[in-house]
Amino acid sequence: MFDINVALIVAVSAGVTILLRFAPFLIFSGGKETPAYIVYLGKVLPYAIMGMLVVFCLKEVSVVSAPFGIPELLSCLLVALLHVWKRNTLISIIGGTLCYMVLVQMVF
Amino acid sequence: MNSKEIKTAFKASLPVMAGYLVLGMGFGIILNTKGYGVIWAMCMSICVYAGSLQYVMVNLITSGASLITTVLTALMVNARHLFYGISMIDKYKDAGKKKFYMIFALTDETYSLVCNNETAKDVEDKNKCYFFISLFDQIYWITGSIIGSMVGSMITFSTEGIDFVLTALFVTIFVDQWLSTKNHGPALVGIFASVACLLVFGSERFLIPAMICIATALTLMRGKEEAKNV
Repeated sequence: MFDINVALIVAVSAGVTILLRFAPFLIFSGGKETPAYIVYLGKVLPYAIMGMLVVFCLKEVSVVSAPFGIPELLSCLLVALLHVWKRNTLISIIGGTLCYMVLVQMVF
Repeated sequence: MNSKEIKTAFKASLPVMAGYLVLGMGFGIILNTKGYGVIWAMCMSICVYAGSLQYVMVNLITSGASLITTVLTALMVNARHLFYGISMIDKYKDAGKKKFYMIFALTDETYSLVCNNETAKDVEDKNKCYFFISLFDQIYWITGSIIGSMVGSMITFSTEGIDFVLTALFVTIFVDQWLSTKNHGPALVGIFASVACLLVFGSERFLIPAMICIATALTLMRGKEEAKNV
């Protein structure tokens, strides 16, 4: 079914998302040298953001009610251990995800 | 169409393929149960292309949200993309026309691949590699949402917990980055500021305060960090 209100919500969401993604490039371009402060932020942000994204993925986990975040903790540790050991992204991800699925479906 | 850049991009995008097919399907299924079929799912995955916002949009649509609410929600949910742009300004500088699509398609997962220097370390034309990573990722997402919308109700085995693939992807990149430098200040700032803000503001509202804390902390650390030459 076509619904103009839904179409508007989609258009507005797309517009805001595009604006947010383009804003830094629009502000700091046009041939000028990127300010040193922004270059610095660009270098250190990826490290901080990846930490933020891990927390973002786990934000609904409760440590005060069962299963106390244990499946998430064990699976993340397994991913990290596999990754330090093998340095193979696919092995780490598949191992960790299978572990998590088994834990939430069968153990907890 | 068989260059090293494309092969490298495809290989790097495989973890995202798993995650996006699953999450895209989840989105297609949910949207379909609310009465909006495959055309809407496809349209949203092509034009909006932002995973968590698309899930939130299902609620906006079914509750008949106003456009102001839509703008504010989209700003809140996607504000983190400002950070992605800031860290890609230099890397994408010489990408030419491809840059427009690369910026449009800069999702969490695509960002996590292109910001990692390991990803394209063996190829000549890094921007071409990043472009194809961006393109492959969006194709997975669109494909997932179409499949979910069309055949979602036919899946019979339990997929509970499969969305952990994206958490796992971010953990592997976190580990890669951790091992690539001796200076763990920024990574620790990211974790601790996010956890602290999560505890203070709750899961619905912590992201923007966390971004402010991270930016402030990194700014305060600037003198020290630059002396260490990260």
